[in-house]
Amino acid sequence: MQPISSVKGKAYPLGLKNVDTDIIIPAAWLKTISRSGLGKGAFQTLRGVAGNVFDDPAYAGAPILIAGDNFGCGSSREHAAWAMADLGISAVIAPSFSDIFSGNAFKNGLLAIVLPQDAIDRLMEVAKTDDIHIDLETQTVTTPFQDRFAFEIDPFRKHCLINGVDEIGLTLKSSDAISAYENKISASQPWLSPNQA
Amino acid sequence: MMPKAQTLYEKIWNAHIVEQRDDGTCLIFIDRHLVHEVTSPQAFEGLRVAGRRVRRPDLTLAVPDHNLPTTARLDANGNHIPIADPESAQQLEALERNAPEFGIAYIDATDVKQGIVHVVGPEQGFSLPGTTIVCGDSHTACHGGLGALAFGIGTSEVEHVLATQTLQLSQSKSMEVRVEGELGPGVSAKDVVLHITGVLGASGGTGHVIEYTGSVIRALSIEGRLTISNMAIEHGARAGLVAPDDVTFAYLQGRPMAPKGDDWDAALAYWRALATDAGATYDKVVTINAADIAPSVTWGTSPEDVLPITGVVPDPSTFADPSKQEAAKKSLEYMGLTPGTPMTDISVENIFIGSCTNSRIEDLRAAAAVLKGRKKADNIKWAIVVPGSGLVKQMAEAEGLDRIFTDAGLEWREPGCSACLGMNPDKVPAGERCASTSNRNFVGRQGPGARTHLVSPAMAAAAAVTGKLTDVRNLMD
Ligand code: SF4
Repeated sequence: MQPISSVKGKAYPLGLKNVDTDIIIPAAWLKTISRSGLGKGAFQTLRGVAGNVFDDPAYAGAPILIAGDNFGCGSSREHAAWAMADLGISAVIAPSFSDIFSGNAFKNGLLAIVLPQDAIDRLMEVAKTDDIHIDLETQTVTTPFQDRFAFEIDPFRKHCLINGVDEIGLTLKSSDAISAYENKISASQPWLSPNQA
Repeated sequence: MMPKAQTLYEKIWNAHIVEQRDDGTCLIFIDRHLVHEVTSPQAFEGLRVAGRRVRRPDLTLAVPDHNLPTTARLDANGNHIPIADPESAQQLEALERNAPEFGIAYIDATDVKQGIVHVVGPEQGFSLPGTTIVCGDSHTACHGGLGALAFGIGTSEVEHVLATQTLQLSQSKSMEVRVEGELGPGVSAKDVVLHITGVLGASGGTGHVIEYTGSVIRALSIEGRLTISNMAIEHGARAGLVAPDDVTFAYLQGRPMAPKGDDWDAALAYWRALATDAGATYDKVVTINAADIAPSVTWGTSPEDVLPITGVVPDPSTFADPSKQEAAKKSLEYMGLTPGTPMTDISVENIFIGSCTNSRIEDLRAAAAVLKGRKKADNIKWAIVVPGSGLVKQMAEAEGLDRIFTDAGLEWREPGCSACLGMNPDKVPAGERCASTSNRNFVGRQGPGARTHLVSPAMAAAAAVTGKLTDVRNLMD
C-alpha cells in the first residue's frame, strides 16, 4: 500500500446521500479480473446525466470526492473502492459511511473522512472554485479561506495509512506466532490436514 | 476451579487464536479456504505484485461455480464447449491459471466433483466440525451446518488468508435460536429458516454468531442443517452453527478429504467435546415453536418479507415502522403485487430448483416426490433443476430423479450457481415471476427486473404443477 499523509487538490462536489455500491460500480463490472480499469465504470449511472460533476472539466482529475450521508451502502463489493481509486480519487469526505465501505476503503489506502453536514456544506461551496487540503497527520481539512475542520480516525488505521503498512505486511510480522500455532496443531490435531482427494 | 462453561462458538474461537492484540482483536487461524472465480482474481494479482506465495495451499480448495453456464460442458467428442460470455470465460480462465500457479487443488468444470463451493466443501469432507472456514462469498455460513465456524470475506481478506492463513477479527456476540417441537407435513428446513428470517428480520442477527438448537434442528439431516445455516447471513448474522452430533459424524465418515483410521477416531473425540456446555450463556436467545411454521414464501424484495403460504400480500400501511412502510410500498411495486391478494392466487412463469441453499440430494428428492407422475402447468415457461454438484447429479440420476423432472417438463442441468444470481446465462426475464429455492429475493438478483419468491424445493415443485404459488400440502397424499 502507498503511504498517504495528505491529499490536496480539486474536489468533486457530489453531495448526494446514500450513494450505494451499485452507483459507485454497477454489478456488470464484477466480472473483471483486475483491480485496475474499473474507473471507466465508476459512477456510470450518474455520468449518464448531463451536467454531472464527474464530466465537468472544472473538476477533471480531482483527487477528492465530497458526498452525503451513508456513502458506500449496499453490497460488500470491494470493487467500489477499486473503481474510485482507478478514477484517481484518494479521499472521500462525507457525514457517514457504511462500515463495509470504510473497511474496504482503508484496506485500499483510500481515505474515508467523516465531517459533520455543515462542514460538508461549506466544502461543497469551496470546491466550486478552490482546492481542498486534507492532512492526515494533524487530522484536519483546510481551505484557502482559513476554514479548518478537525476529523477523527482510528489511531491504528492512521498509523497504517501514513506508513503505507498493509494489513498483510503487518500480519506477516507475526509469522513466527503463526508457525508456532501450526506446529502445535499438527502435533495435537494431525487430522486437521485434509486428505488430498 | 471448574473451567468456565463455553458455547460451541467460544470453543471454536478460543481454539483458533494465534495472537491477541491489546485492543482485543485476535489473529485467528483459518483451517479451510474455499476459492471461486469471482472474488479471487484480484487477490491472486495482489500476491503476484507483492511477490507473496500462498502460505497453506494444502488448506485451500478452488472450484468454479458462479459464472458457469449450466448447459452441456463437453461436446459429442468430449471437447470443452467454449463459454460465450468473454468476461465470464476470462474470470474462469484466471482461476484455472491461478490455482496451479499457487499450488492450490483445483476442481475443473468438467470434473464430477465440481459444484457450488458450499455444496462441494461438505460433500468432499473438506469442511469439518470445529474448523474455521472462509470463502469470498457471503453464504459461506452454510458450512456451519456441520458445526464449523464459517463466514464470507471480501477480496482483500481472501488475499490476506492466502498469504497468512489467518484473519484479524474481533469476537462477535452469541445468539441462540432454539426451534422446539415437531415440523408439520410439508414443512422443510427451508421453511424453518425463512420463518426464522421473518421473525428476526434481515438485520436481527447483526453482530452475532447464531447457534441453531432445539429438537427440530437435532432431527434434521445434514442437508437440512446446511440449508438453515446457509441463510444465517439473510438475518444479518456473521455465521450460523449447528452442534455436531452422530448425524454429522455419520455424514462425514468416508468422505474423500475427511480424516481416516486413527485420525478419524482422534477427530471424533475432539468433535464430541465441541457442543455447548451446560450452563454456558448466550448474549441473546430466541425461541421458536415448530407448530408456528407453515410452508413459507416471500412476498417482497428482502428475505425478511416472509409469509405462510396461507397468507395474503400485506398492506404496507399496517407496518408500524414508517421506513418499513416505504420499503414495503417499493417492494410491492417492484413485485407487481396488490395488498390483500392471497399468496396462492399469484401466478409464476419460472421455476428454479437449485443454489447452495437447496440443491443437495434431499432437496431434489423432495421436489421429485411432488412432481412424480405430474406435469408442469402450461403457463410455466422456464423450469430448471440444477444439482449442486456433479456427484449430486450422479446420485439423482441413479435414483431416477432426472427422469421424474424431465417427464414433468422440467430441464435437468449441469451443476453451478445458475439462476441464484444474474451472472451466468440462467436469468429470469424482467417483469416475470420465479418460484425459487435460492436465498435472496433482492431487486434484480435473478436478472434485471426479475421477481423472486423464495420457497422450499417441494413448494417450487408444487408451483410448477399448478403454475401458481401453491400450498404443497394440498398436493400430498
Ligand atoms: S448459489 Fe447463489 S448464494 Fe450460493 S454461492 Fe452461488 S451465487 Fe452465492
